[in-house]
Amino acid sequence: MKTLQDCLKERILIIDGAMGTMIQRYKLEEKDYRGSRFADWHTDVKGNNDLLSITQPQIIEEIHKQYLEAGADIIETNTFSSTSIAQADYDMQSLAYELNVASATCARNAADEYTKKNPAKPRFVAGAIGPLNKTLSLSPDVNNPGYRAVSFDEVAASYTEQIKGLVDGGVDIILIETIFDTLNAKAAIYAAKNYFRQHHITELPFMISGTITDASGRTLSGQTLEAFYVSIMHANPISVGLNCALGASEMRPHIEELSQIAGCYTSAYPNAGLPNAFGEYDEQPHETAHIIEEWAREGFVNIVGGCCGTTPDHIKHIADEVAKYKPRELPVLEEAL
Amino acid sequence: MSEVTTIKPYLRLSGLETLIVRPETNFINVGERTNVTGSKMFARLIREGQYEAALAVARQQVENGAQVIDVNMDDALLDGVQAMTTFLNLVQAEPDIAKIPIMIDSSKFEIIEAGLKCVQGKCIVNSISMKEGEAKFIEQAFTCKSYGASVIVMAFDEEGQADTKKQKVEICHRAYKILTQQVGFPPQDIIFDPNIFAIATGIEEHNNYAVDFIEATREIKKLMPLTKVSGGVSNVSFSFRGNEHVREAIHSVFLFHAIKAGMDMGIVNAGQLVVYDEIEPTLKSLCEDVVLNRNNDNNETTEKMIAFAETVKAKGKEIIKDESWRKEPVEKRLSHALVNGITDYIDADTEEARQKYPKPLDVIEGPLMDGMNIVGDLFGSGKMFLPQVVKSARVMKKAVAVLTPFIEQDKEDRKNAHLAAGTVNEETAGAAKILLATVKGDVHDIGKNIVGVVLGCNGYDIIDLGVMVATDKILETAIKEKVDIIGLSGLITPSLDEMVHVAHEMKRRGITLPLMIGGATTSRMHTAVKIAPQYDEGVVHVLDASRSVTVAGSLLSKEQKPVFLQNLKAEYNKLAADFGNKKSTKEYLRFTEAQQNGAEIDWANYKPVAPAFTGTKILEDHPLAEIAEYIDWQPFFIAWEMHGKFPAILSDSIIGVEATKLYNDAKKLLQQLIDEKWLQAKGVVGFWPANKIAHDTIDVLAPAETGDGEETIKLEFLRQQVKKTAGQPNLSLADFIAPAEQNYQDHIGAFSVTISGIEKHIKIFEAGHDDYNKIILQALADRLAEAFAELLHKKTRTEYWGYVSDEQLTGEQLIKEEYLGIRPAPGYPACPDHTEKYKLFELLGGEAATGIHLTESLAMYPAASVCGWYFANPQSKYFGVGKIEKDQLVDYARRKGMSMEDATRWLRPILE
Repeated sequence: MKTLQDCLKERILIIDGAMGTMIQRYKLEEKDYRGSRFADWHTDVKGNNDLLSITQPQIIEEIHKQYLEAGADIIETNTFSSTSIAQADYDMQSLAYELNVASATCARNAADEYTKKNPAKPRFVAGAIGPLNKTLSLSPDVNNPGYRAVSFDEVAASYTEQIKGLVDGGVDIILIETIFDTLNAKAAIYAAKNYFRQHHITELPFMISGTITDASGRTLSGQTLEAFYVSIMHANPISVGLNCALGASEMRPHIEELSQIAGCYTSAYPNAGLPNAFGEYDEQPHETAHIIEEWAREGFVNIVGGCCGTTPDHIKHIADEVAKYKPRELPVLEEAL
Repeated sequence: MSEVTTIKPYLRLSGLETLIVRPETNFINVGERTNVTGSKMFARLIREGQYEAALAVARQQVENGAQVIDVNMDDALLDGVQAMTTFLNLVQAEPDIAKIPIMIDSSKFEIIEAGLKCVQGKCIVNSISMKEGEAKFIEQAFTCKSYGASVIVMAFDEEGQADTKKQKVEICHRAYKILTQQVGFPPQDIIFDPNIFAIATGIEEHNNYAVDFIEATREIKKLMPLTKVSGGVSNVSFSFRGNEHVREAIHSVFLFHAIKAGMDMGIVNAGQLVVYDEIEPTLKSLCEDVVLNRNNDNNETTEKMIAFAETVKAKGKEIIKDESWRKEPVEKRLSHALVNGITDYIDADTEEARQKYPKPLDVIEGPLMDGMNIVGDLFGSGKMFLPQVVKSARVMKKAVAVLTPFIEQDKEDRKNAHLAAGTVNEETAGAAKILLATVKGDVHDIGKNIVGVVLGCNGYDIIDLGVMVATDKILETAIKEKVDIIGLSGLITPSLDEMVHVAHEMKRRGITLPLMIGGATTSRMHTAVKIAPQYDEGVVHVLDASRSVTVAGSLLSKEQKPVFLQNLKAEYNKLAADFGNKKSTKEYLRFTEAQQNGAEIDWANYKPVAPAFTGTKILEDHPLAEIAEYIDWQPFFIAWEMHGKFPAILSDSIIGVEATKLYNDAKKLLQQLIDEKWLQAKGVVGFWPANKIAHDTIDVLAPAETGDGEETIKLEFLRQQVKKTAGQPNLSLADFIAPAEQNYQDHIGAFSVTISGIEKHIKIFEAGHDDYNKIILQALADRLAEAFAELLHKKTRTEYWGYVSDEQLTGEQLIKEEYLGIRPAPGYPACPDHTEKYKLFELLGGEAATGIHLTESLAMYPAASVCGWYFANPQSKYFGVGKIEKDQLVDYARRKGMSMEDATRWLRPILE
């Protein structure tokens, strides 16, 4: 069986699109989210999409399969908020580990089914680690800039639990994504590296994906793209890239820059354009794919896909468009100055 | 395919920005003042918890050129972990400090780790060593690696600190092997500190310490070329403490030699390094001898150095305003004044130059233009920002004003000489001329004025025809004045058509001048699709003032122009083609379907609130001080091409300093115009009974113009027609007014505000050649008009209409439009037809109410005016109508009683 590394040498790989957008299509209600197990839970849980991996696993698996059918090589687990810190919103912090195992299992089942159908195109599961709703570099209190709502150790502990769940659930890749505060990402890297080292487990490949929030070309925590990359280089990731916040056309200059400076593979999965006045994404599949095709032609990317607002249709269009191009060649890492 | 990129193994560090250490990178200064062991003042500030002042120390280091700051909290009286955490967390909130990487300095590893937990960038750990054995060293190195830090390794092992060259190299090499082979540390992330010890202490064994360091450095860099060498420089002169003059000289000489040997960085007081070449010769030669341990048998050199040091009184450094530039020759002074925007001495300096040069014109063409070229270069390379350039222009104009009478006299003299001699006067053509105008029907000119100033700074002769300039006047002036480029500006959407018209006329009249297009409503797309096809001699959209210089340069260069225009044409053709292809992607509903899918308002459960009065209320000369509290500053900075959120922009790492200066200048002028009542704020607000009588039509019941009884005015609105996702309505403003059949008496409101009286003060600034304050004043008037509208809307919500009784919104929430009810303006996205403004003004009592005059393009004059409708329904919200289809256009024209041609003209921006 080909490894992820083998596949990356051969072609541009496709990562899946939005999970939330697809879940919305099911128009689930509070009771659907609760299922039988949480029927009497003491807070509202509608909107806790990660919980569906436990209460409605068939839906999550079905969404994964739609993306696999559309051509995704890599699917992301439904674990964007599966940390004790993020789950505290629903008072479900004690479920964090279980959520990760359940989501990883859904994705694993779906991926394995498709790998079995066509072993020449193996499918990979990326354990998605989101940015948290609390940040380590920014104070939530404008009058007290030195204050932090959470500590590095708390964040690292929360991520360690998530990573354990993902690894136990059988993921192939650790994907730290939608990074708007680099220090949170560094806590995730720290947690992952230490987890693997302390448990004598061979490190899984890391994918790292930052988020440029506006036209200034900086992350929310104020770093330039290059400063962001320098700050996470020690993860020795298999790929570094960008996702979310921007549509493909706004992301282009940044992915171009990243393709010049990154010593590893590059990834990009933009939103379906910028949200309209109603917060909806209306860039059409062929429009997104058209922009991403140019990136492939220019040799900027190794992994592409979609973020908010993208659908299996977007992924299919993207996959079809980039199939004819060679992947970006890895830069030569020189050994002398 | 692109070429394969290569990536070199440089040491890469980061704060908010990167610091990449390349072979050609100069010595890196690590600021040392944020170190409690080295700075008594900093230690006191931290102990007393004065973190604000401690941050100022850090900021000062950065301003003085530190590229990394060293932070050390090792003090017996401090909780080091807590102090490190607090200070570094605060530093992260200061972009002008956090932009550079941090060196976390402690002899206690727990403090280092606490620091690493606070910084998102890639730090340097200072330091780890093998003094407690290999096992601990390896463990600490792993920890540093998992935080992604580079490390300083002290030349220190179980036996102690290395002091000879041989020991230093041996220990460093051993550490290197452990780090690279056992820990997997990238060699470029390793920085050695081979120990700088004090020299000239009187103890003979110490005399060679500097040489040992320098030679060890040379060997380390040879043996392990990717690693770096650092050191604490001030140690070397420790025996001369208290004598800063001598210490600085020793540091400078030491660094001169150590850097040549390969030292990459050092901890220094970035503000206190003398330039090697500027050390007085006696001291320099003594320093050379002590550092290099020359002529030093029996401490001979040391003795001499100590003797010399005693003759030098330590001079306290005073910070005074640097006026040293006043001693420079007049050309240098002029250029300094231009670059720094200083007008204090410009009259005298210009006069001095005039007397020095043969002709007054030579002063302009010589030193003044040289200075402006520097300004142009700095601006072009992003080292100066727009407000600074405008200040430079003010200096230039003042200088030119001093010279003008003499130039005129000079011309007159030559003319008379020609007349007397019977020869012909052939004044050679001067700088290229650029004509600028805001097109007919439009009154906005801040952006155009800025473009004029910037182009003027770059040596162009600007003819500014002002605002509301008819096509004929533009083209006639262009021909008469033999201009080289025509530049058009406009802010409101009808101006786009006017620009198309100018381009069309230029072609018809056979003009061949290039045409530049700019202004807030213009775009590359519109220029490519609508204007460029009208005219073949070159149409260029210019995004902002800073681009205008390169565009003008390309258009005026014989060599560049054909290529430039050809490339542009290709680009615009592609844009136009893409635009053509894109049209089909959006699906539209039939207009009747869209009307069926309007906003569903739950009228059954909504009780429209009646306003406190109907009819109009005029606010005469409303207090500016109260209005000023509602100013949204962000657009003010955008007018100056400074983009960013307010107030964060004031501390932005790149433009913060200049933004703050501009803000202070603006606040000062604002205070003055309030105190001295320069401007008058006038407004009118009105409310009338209204009901929706058809899908997109509202009947307003207003007092009849005859003064007798009432009449009905029909307001017509446009509706979104693009196909929405399921459950999303196709909005029209009419949806927000209760339908007549509900039997509710609903109301609509309207307002207009204006800030008048600016002309006189603009003239005064123009007479003083002060574009800087002129543009600030114009931008402030705009802001005040917007702020007045905000204030009136608040009064309307809570008082006049009173549909909200207990509103508690902050300024920020107001800017984010978190209030209930909306105030959309005709001509803007929710109601894009400008011509409805006639009805709005008629309802409000016409020009008499506020003195606002509507131009033929329906721009409001004075330019600092705002108007709009008021909708009170809590479900009303801002939206954009977007593009509409022909069926709606036909229906709308019919409802308005307009010809199709007129309707098409006014609605062109929203037609496909």
